[in-house]
Amino acid sequence: MQEVMVKRASELLADGTVVRVLGWKNGEFAYDPTPAVFDSADALSAFVYNDFCASNLSKYLIDLCKKDGKTLVFLKPCDSYSFNQLLTEHRVDREKVYIIGLACDGKVDEAKLREAGCEGILGITTDGDTVKVDTLYGEVSVAKADVLGERCVTCKSRQVVVYDELIGENGEVNADCGRFDQVAALEAMTPDERYEFWRGELSRCIRCNACRNICPACSCVNCVFDNPKSGISQKAAADTFEENMFHIIRAFHVAGRCTDCGECSRVCPQHIPLHLLNRKFIKDMNECYGEYQAGAEAGSRAPLVNYTLDDCEPSVVYEREAGK
Amino acid sequence: MKKISLNKLDEFFAAIAASQTLYLPVEDGRKGAKFDAWKEGAVYSTAANTSRSAKDFFFPQVEDMASFKVDGKEIEVYDTRKESEDFVVFGVRACDAKSFDILDSVYLADPVDSYYETRRQHGLIMTMACNKPTETCFCSAFGIDAANPAGDISCWMTDSELLLEANTEKGEALLNALSMLEDADASAADDTKAAIQSILDKLPLKGLSTESFGGDKLMELFHSDKWNALSESCLGCGTCTFVCPTCQCYDIRDYDTGHGVMRYRCWDSCMYSDFTLCAHGNTRTTQMQRFRQRFMHKLVYYPGNNNGVFGCVGCGRCMRSCPISMNIVKVMKTLEG
Repeated sequence: MQEVMVKRASELLADGTVVRVLGWKNGEFAYDPTPAVFDSADALSAFVYNDFCASNLSKYLIDLCKKDGKTLVFLKPCDSYSFNQLLTEHRVDREKVYIIGLACDGKVDEAKLREAGCEGILGITTDGDTVKVDTLYGEVSVAKADVLGERCVTCKSRQVVVYDELIGENGEVNADCGRFDQVAALEAMTPDERYEFWRGELSRCIRCNACRNICPACSCVNCVFDNPKSGISQKAAADTFEENMFHIIRAFHVAGRCTDCGECSRVCPQHIPLHLLNRKFIKDMNECYGEYQAGAEAGSRAPLVNYTLDDCEPSVVYEREAGK
Repeated sequence: MKKISLNKLDEFFAAIAASQTLYLPVEDGRKGAKFDAWKEGAVYSTAANTSRSAKDFFFPQVEDMASFKVDGKEIEVYDTRKESEDFVVFGVRACDAKSFDILDSVYLADPVDSYYETRRQHGLIMTMACNKPTETCFCSAFGIDAANPAGDISCWMTDSELLLEANTEKGEALLNALSMLEDADASAADDTKAAIQSILDKLPLKGLSTESFGGDKLMELFHSDKWNALSESCLGCGTCTFVCPTCQCYDIRDYDTGHGVMRYRCWDSCMYSDFTLCAHGNTRTTQMQRFRQRFMHKLVYYPGNNNGVFGCVGCGRCMRSCPISMNIVKVMKTLEG
């Protein structure tokens, strides 16, 4: 796929359709590509696309749309939902972006490779469903399905929802992805158990803000947590209450706008399953107001900002069991 | 040199923990390892390294400095420090052990940071040679030998034994107090060291050179035209700084407790927009400037002020944690190239 991508990027640069290309640049190892902007066909020699190009590039377009000329971006299915959501929020300009959608069968999680015993990684090749890892301590073969990122295991959609052209065949929405199973398991806990679960997870937070900064829904120019006058600190939690609240407040803020791209959990250096907070909101909204997928359509109105006469009454305790 | 059979490891840990808190790396159940206080049943993790560095023991992410009680125009100041107790950290890697020297030269230089100093005095470091260095390791670029780690006591693990050698009086005293240890040949660890060396020689980052960096390269590197492209995709999060064993900057904040003020300090990150925020605003207004600051500090300013010692120990945590896989190795290679 990489070759086709580079070829198309070179053509679009050459014919003046775009002035820059947003993609991934090869790294030091087989698994560490970095999002990068390429402005010439020569520069594209460092362009890479592989199983580790997990970064959602859509948020970078907020800044790139402010520059002169059109940007070519490669969007995977989940990234395209984020793009649509940014479009809905008027944070990106559709006219200034040329989108090549990419068929995607999931990205590999480096941490899972290490869990599978890969240390001293020297090279990685994917052969069909198998990932072969050459390490300092011998060769390791793992099934790709076993080392896919968490969000890919419960992939909600393989459909690129906004694009100018596609590479590969567009996939389908996967309604039976089971992405709410873990949320349901948390809901089934007693309040004390659930509190313990989240304290265990959130107490590991180091307040690096990677989750916030990678999040395409977190696009405020100045985050409230970055305001030293707000009485709270974004650098460290003064107490356990703040530690919990930072993530819960953030989840509230992106509710209805979160497309469930899963970047928050992917980038967390402490491996906190932050996406479960967002999925709880999505699940509740689906149950209260009917199915809604943020970013599925540009310009759609999220249930929380859209009043309809048959909205469930906020003052009435919603009875989940009734399935109303 | 002393030794103990690996079968008796629990007994050995229990003996140390009987008189003081013993911290050691354990699996964190989350794809990594972390330092935790030893308790019955704890299993020592042989992971290449802990996800977070060992600097927390001496320079914790958050620490209370003083509290104030305000009554009209009267302000009372309280020292909130409690007496520190002795503790032992087992299983520190050579890179992290070296990071303490780097922190020392900042915090123990005049004026001495008494918060840090107290913890350093109470802590005893037992290092562990790296039997399985990994591809993100590049400590040798900074003159660190993973086969011969520093610390109060250096340890090596063979297939059957733990070998220990004291490097300081404090370390000697602890080893002498542990009666279950047996004497070992001075050469007992030689095979392990040789095996480690043969892997170190094969590491992909072995040839990483620091020649293009140092205090005398300041102007040239500061004005390099490569910073823009390098920093272009940086998210401005603090992951690299917070997992880094040598990042040493902090912020001091006052927290309104409702009936007074708690003054605490916490790690700061030069990647953050309010880093070194002054009354006039901020000296660095773009992410490129903040990004450049981090690497200039480690590769130019710090060695410039510390006899050429670099502010990086090659632990590779930033390589594993950065959300966009940007890191000091890519920066060094790009600036050099």
